[in-house]
Amino acid sequence: MWTIGLGHYLFVSAVLFTFGVFGIFVNRKNVIVILMCVELMLLAVNINLVAFSVFQGNVVGQIFAMLVLTVAAAEAAIGLAILVVYFRNRGTIEVEDISAMKG
Amino acid sequence: MILQALAFYVFAAITIASGAMVVSSRNPVYSVLFLILAFFNAAGLFVLIGAEFVAMILVIVYVGAVAVLFLFVVMMLDINITKLREGFLEYLPIGALIGIVLALEIMIGLGVFGGLPTGTVASLNKAGAQVASIENTRAIGQVLYTQYFYLFQVAGLVLLTAMIGAIVLTLRSRPGVRRQKVGEQLYRTKEQAMTIVKVPSRGGL
Repeated sequence: MWTIGLGHYLFVSAVLFTFGVFGIFVNRKNVIVILMCVELMLLAVNINLVAFSVFQGNVVGQIFAMLVLTVAAAEAAIGLAILVVYFRNRGTIEVEDISAMKG
Repeated sequence: MILQALAFYVFAAITIASGAMVVSSRNPVYSVLFLILAFFNAAGLFVLIGAEFVAMILVIVYVGAVAVLFLFVVMMLDINITKLREGFLEYLPIGALIGIVLALEIMIGLGVFGGLPTGTVASLNKAGAQVASIENTRAIGQVLYTQYFYLFQVAGLVLLTAMIGAIVLTLRSRPGVRRQKVGEQLYRTKEQAMTIVKVPSRGGL
């Protein structure tokens, strides 16, 4: 109980990841919350990578976590830009309208 | 040791609770604020495990950039919150089902039910006990700028692409709005700029 091992960190990351997936399915209409849930899932993945990296004594996992962070930041920027443009054109951000979009 | 464990439990509990609040919060602004709380506490977890550099990067990049970007967009868009919340109860059963299935799969993967041959997680637990000889930031730098240098450059390219993409997507030219066009203004000639009008005397313009 009082010695924190790898399993504790993996548990936290698993719960966070599950919450992220759950949030994507529950908040079907709000794209902003879906993007936030994706960020939450990426955070869970990062916790996993860093925990394994530390407990294996190998620093490469932390470098990979930083790369995941980079991609997450890029994804958030592009996603929010698309959202802003979409809102400008349609006046709403409902997912059902987005699925009806044709080129 | 007990203090460390207590800190871990506090950080982990707040992280998980704020993750749940991100998903279930009624107002997207509260969701963003809870997301920030989750990131802060995850950074605390990283500090606790000995990965200070990633923790600081997490605070700077996520809290300082991504979460604030989310906050800007949430507050800028004039969205109808109640309408967006309509399907919450409708999608709750399938979401809960998928969440439970996923959690069970992860538990099987971790060997909670005794699926793995020799407790993989447990063996790693013992290996992690040794203390690092150099500090975390130096260790990351030694690997990142030598062995993974190209990867580092590619990460920079990804960020550049994202920046250009975001600018191109959101830049718009509205009709009726006069903007400064420096090139055109500088290359205006005398003929374009002024005309000489012959005014007859007592005629007026």
